[in-house]
Amino acid sequence: MNDHSSLTIRGIGAAPGIAIGKAFLLERGRIPVPRYRLFGEQAVAEECKRFEKAVAEAEADLEAIKKSIKTEFREHARLLEVQQMILRDPSIYDESLRYIKEERTNAQLAVIKSLRKAKELFNSLSNDEYAKSRIADVNAAGDRVIRILAGQNHTNLEHLHERAVIVAHDLSPADAIQLQAGRTLGIVTEIGGSVSHTSIVARSLGIPAVTGVENAARLISNNDFIIVDGRTGIIIINPGESELRFYTNRQDEISAYLKQISRHAHLPAQTSDGHRVSAEANIEAVEEIVAAKDNGAEAIGLYRTEFFFMNRVELPDEESLYRDYHDLAELMAPSQVTIRTLDLGAEKLTSWCPTLEEANPALGLRSIRLCLHYKEIFKTQLRAILRASAVARNIRLMLPLISGMEEIYQARRIFKEVQAELSAKRIPFDEDMPFGAMIEVPSAVAMADLLAQEVDFFSIGTNDLIQYAIGIDRSNEHVAYLYEALHPGVLRFIKQAVDAGHEAGIPVALCGEMAGEPLYVPILLGLKIDSFSMNPVALPRVKNLIRRSSMKECCRFANQVIHMRTASEIEQAVSKMVMRKFPEEFHVFDPNWTGNSTLAVPNKSGS
Amino acid sequence: MLIDPRTFANRRETALIQSDEESPELTQEFIVANRLGIHARVAAQIVKVACRFESEIFIAKSEAAVNAKSILDVMSLLCPYGSKVFVTARGPDAAQALNALAALFQTKFGES
Repeated sequence: MNDHSSLTIRGIGAAPGIAIGKAFLLERGRIPVPRYRLFGEQAVAEECKRFEKAVAEAEADLEAIKKSIKTEFREHARLLEVQQMILRDPSIYDESLRYIKEERTNAQLAVIKSLRKAKELFNSLSNDEYAKSRIADVNAAGDRVIRILAGQNHTNLEHLHERAVIVAHDLSPADAIQLQAGRTLGIVTEIGGSVSHTSIVARSLGIPAVTGVENAARLISNNDFIIVDGRTGIIIINPGESELRFYTNRQDEISAYLKQISRHAHLPAQTSDGHRVSAEANIEAVEEIVAAKDNGAEAIGLYRTEFFFMNRVELPDEESLYRDYHDLAELMAPSQVTIRTLDLGAEKLTSWCPTLEEANPALGLRSIRLCLHYKEIFKTQLRAILRASAVARNIRLMLPLISGMEEIYQARRIFKEVQAELSAKRIPFDEDMPFGAMIEVPSAVAMADLLAQEVDFFSIGTNDLIQYAIGIDRSNEHVAYLYEALHPGVLRFIKQAVDAGHEAGIPVALCGEMAGEPLYVPILLGLKIDSFSMNPVALPRVKNLIRRSSMKECCRFANQVIHMRTASEIEQAVSKMVMRKFPEEFHVFDPNWTGNSTLAVPNKSGS
Repeated sequence: MLIDPRTFANRRETALIQSDEESPELTQEFIVANRLGIHARVAAQIVKVACRFESEIFIAKSEAAVNAKSILDVMSLLCPYGSKVFVTARGPDAAQALNALAALFQTKFGES
């Protein structure tokens, strides 16, 4: 064992955690293709069979991936469907068979020849961008079959049989969605930033990831032993003994810590001085209830209903929506379930959703505006929700993107209409179902006092509120640095909304990503948020910090922070506070890491 | 499933096929009315519907006609918003096929 051969490279810490293990290089392309002629009818018949079997296998692989897709990536399932169809396309399938039969070429060559023809077809098109992505589709589909024919399908992620760190130039959406949390220790990619697709998937699965590592696939070889620190973005190839010891300790600390706090995840979210809040889960499929409950969710603070409307040609009918909401309510009862009405917009394009020619869809006809415009869609959903509310009387209705009173009035009017229709038919529903508004547009903050008189609760959607408040698009790399949750303007908005809500006697929840960031627990508690709704994975850590916080101290802290002038000043104060109050959380998770900034490796492992 | 034995090159040049006595041939004109035009997912929808029928189905735009049962063909036709296309079905269930495809075009493939 040679300590001197270790090599440290850096990328962007994209998903926290430490991975230690063998590298699994996801290499694409360059499969040796044998060429030979087939002699005799028997050989031809056998080769045809081999080809047909390979296509069937590729098809089944794609089907399996499609089935395993996490709900939030269902949109990508369509890409896989296109690939499946390409495999069965006469121009590929029949053509390949024709080459085998007529020209007596072996199956791999036959596929390559038919693929080439298909690609030529697209190359001649005038729209380059379109042609390029269609060629990519054709290649992806063909590649799968060729690899199967070559007996070389192991570079597909679904064939990853041992636990390993995946190293790739980039993970395609199809790769990313078939990551198996159990076998994937970590992820290293050459391209991508902290908001890339890979990072988002990795974070949601709790897999440590480092992106933007130049030449990673060249510097790291298959089966290299590597360490990946998803916090700092550091990767150590063939680590020495001391490095290995350091990171193994860190890893043990983190997992021991998580295990320990998870044991207490079921305890109520109550501060040390007895202030009770609620820790809830954001989910988008009924199946996620298990994870939510396991992680200690006290309620569902946000049920996203969009996915039921996506990936289908026709609108979902009331009955299927009803069944979905019914199951949700029944499984969570007696805990509350907050159902957000359809929040579709620009970034969540679906195949049916009627969108318009919009220069700026983020400011366009979306969400509640879309629902009020296409009233029948809205009514169908409201009917399904109301009917489901009869099951356990535990459903809360939440309207997204409310910008003023008019929308509340209109929505309320439609809501009443639906109630009247149901009553007329003697269909039961919960007459007292709470009716709430999301606060995510600055005008709603400005009028929060008035809105609060019309609704039963507020839920602050910080993801959108931050973008609208600061006036930036966080996916725009030129201004993404301005996306700061701790921007004084954002915190003041939150405070204003909470105070207005409480003044009117209604509870105020927060359901953006901010709620799931342990660092923000003291400040959000201090601003008097009543419930924190987050990704289920984040619950144990947030709950732990809530339970260990003193409300009195948090309020004092929030009062100081609200007068600070810059986001960086606030960030420092928050870090310092958490560091002092929760040293073990700091020790384990290094709270200086916020967003993209990378830090040096801590030089001591501490105790 | 009905298989078209012709190669790409042939098919691209094929004008509308001729009617024969046993199987009716029906043609209908459509305007691609969804904003994104016939992109990959829309193409997949068309092919899925077309494959349900026994009839041969072709989509023609200006000079080129393609097999509506081939995703590659349909994707290569490049039909942006506002394109005028002719859909031709020939076979025992030509009328049903055309109706089903008409429904897709008329609902803008569920888009806008």
